[in-house]
Amino acid sequence: MNMKVKPNTNLLDVKGMKIHFHSSEGVAKAVDGISFHLDRGEVLGIVGESGCGKSVTAKSIMRLIPTPPGKIAAGQIIFDGTDLLKLSIQQMRRIRGNRIAMIFQEPMTSLNPVFTIGDQISEMFILHRGLRRKQALEQAVEMLAKVQIPEPCKRSREYPHQLSGGMRQRAMIAMALACDPQILIADEPTTALDVTIQAQIIDLMLQLKEDFHTSIIMITHDLGVIAEIAQTVAVMYAGKIVEQAPAVDLFDRASHPYTQGLLKSIPKLGRRAAKGRCDLSEIPGIVPSLYRLPQGCSFYPRCEKAHAVCNSLMPDLHSVSEHHRVRCWLYADKGKRKD
Amino acid sequence: MQPLLEVHDLKVHFPIKKGIFSRTTGYIYAVNGICLHLDPGETLGIVGESGCGKTTAGLAILNLIKPTSGSVCYEGRDLAGISKKEHKALTREMQIIFQDPYSSLNPRMTINKILSSPMEIHGLYKGARRQERIDHLLEKVGLHPEQGKRYPHEFSGGQRQRVGIARALALNPKLIIGDEPVSALDVSIQAQIINLLIGLQKEFNLSYLMISHDLAVVEHICDRIAVMYLGKMVETAGFKQLYTNPKHPYTQSLLSVVPVADPRHKRKGNMLSGDVPSPIHPPSGCYFHPRCPRRMEICSRQAPELKEAGPGHLAACHLCG
Repeated sequence: MNMKVKPNTNLLDVKGMKIHFHSSEGVAKAVDGISFHLDRGEVLGIVGESGCGKSVTAKSIMRLIPTPPGKIAAGQIIFDGTDLLKLSIQQMRRIRGNRIAMIFQEPMTSLNPVFTIGDQISEMFILHRGLRRKQALEQAVEMLAKVQIPEPCKRSREYPHQLSGGMRQRAMIAMALACDPQILIADEPTTALDVTIQAQIIDLMLQLKEDFHTSIIMITHDLGVIAEIAQTVAVMYAGKIVEQAPAVDLFDRASHPYTQGLLKSIPKLGRRAAKGRCDLSEIPGIVPSLYRLPQGCSFYPRCEKAHAVCNSLMPDLHSVSEHHRVRCWLYADKGKRKD
Repeated sequence: MQPLLEVHDLKVHFPIKKGIFSRTTGYIYAVNGICLHLDPGETLGIVGESGCGKTTAGLAILNLIKPTSGSVCYEGRDLAGISKKEHKALTREMQIIFQDPYSSLNPRMTINKILSSPMEIHGLYKGARRQERIDHLLEKVGLHPEQGKRYPHEFSGGQRQRVGIARALALNPKLIIGDEPVSALDVSIQAQIINLLIGLQKEFNLSYLMISHDLAVVEHICDRIAVMYLGKMVETAGFKQLYTNPKHPYTQSLLSVVPVADPRHKRKGNMLSGDVPSPIHPPSGCYFHPRCPRRMEICSRQAPELKEAGPGHLAACHLCG
């Protein structure tokens, strides 16, 4: 009777989610049964190549998958105790932008070119907080100041095309954080930016995470960016999570042949200057089509360590240590490698 | 040894036209006086942020954009003074690989047709030898000769970039300019293309001019590197000096902000604030001074010249030399 329910630190719990796209070519299994969770104040990185399903995963949390052709075929997205997939459109609207916000790769195409930056940010306050336009605009200027845009008052009256790429991304972040969301989903937020601006945006996101106590889901193809920002990492390949681990473990003890291959295939800054040129190891072949995934493990046609079982059965996620899980037959026997 | 390519004080200014009479109201100083040279068999990298003029410089070297002033000499011949016919002959020796493998191949041509066009234009490899040559090229870049019958949309991004490379090789060029040849590709495919480019260079003794924003890729491929900022060259050095002992504050900051795939790595050094200024109204004096963490009083008044900062190492900064 006195048993108190332990406060759940899980803010977001995605369970067995499958997202399929139907087209004349057949069914593309863009996301094929993935599960992950996000703690309060955590930064989760989702990394993978184009077409691995990382953006679709992000959009599905916001319920932004166009239906048809897309369909969430199975799974649950539990946010703070409620399943987002069961909410009505009106209920979802109250969450979207308010409690879960998202920023996108291309800040030019995700801002509306015919409204000023101030108008677009103040819309958040009018819609979710019920403020009047004047107050909302004041709040918008305050948000622009928080994302370190110089002359926020003047900038709030400008249109997106008058801002530089880095500035637009700051404005996007200001809009996303306007209502103090619990989760910020960032889909390749720095990919379109130069390295010097990228570093500024990453620092800004990390600082705002502390100030606003926001959890972040960072989606990117860049392992360097992941290493800078994420505490835990999920590596995706062909719609599945193939490796999941705390960032330090993942980079120190990458266990899935795909993750190992990825880490070995990127040239490291300063390595040639220090040690001379070593060959980049390449992952042979290409990512399989989502319409015609190979039987068994999706990675086996490109895998150096493939053996008989790999082409007939998809492996489960096996634990190699606490919190470190790998979808590979090499680790099927309680973390012991069988090669 | 005579350099294969010598660029002297190259400038490309684009006029900004306004009003019904299209009066020129100003200029975009895209490339504002760069000097470089490239020896046979060497790889030179040009790095810089977007808008620094690196792509424009590459196009101006190929004469695909008319330079405003300055000279581009190929094997000692100034490209500005030559006739159309001579220029056409020279295009056989200088080829380009573009960034986007999706928009740089004609979707209505088969791969065979794409690869035979350059030979047709130059009247090379006639008759049956042309198909032989195409098959040979496809094999060289790691594709099957049968794939020549297919159209670009049937290929993945990496395979298309291989076709782009085969097209650049079709005329047996000496110089290939790569305009961000791997930046549109996925990580696992990037390594394949980088290895292919390095292998082809050894096999055909090619000279490369690699334009890229990715400092790690440039280090891996290039022998010498030129860093550009707002249309000017700020530093040039061999890869070893540039990456271990950069002299210009811009190069130093650029190198310090590249994300490293190691969660324990902490960024150190100078973090640049603000954005790159507009090339329409570049700052006075040294173009970098508004963002420079080590600016001095002289920097806003006087533009620094490229000065020797070590053997084969030039830097345009008042702190050096």
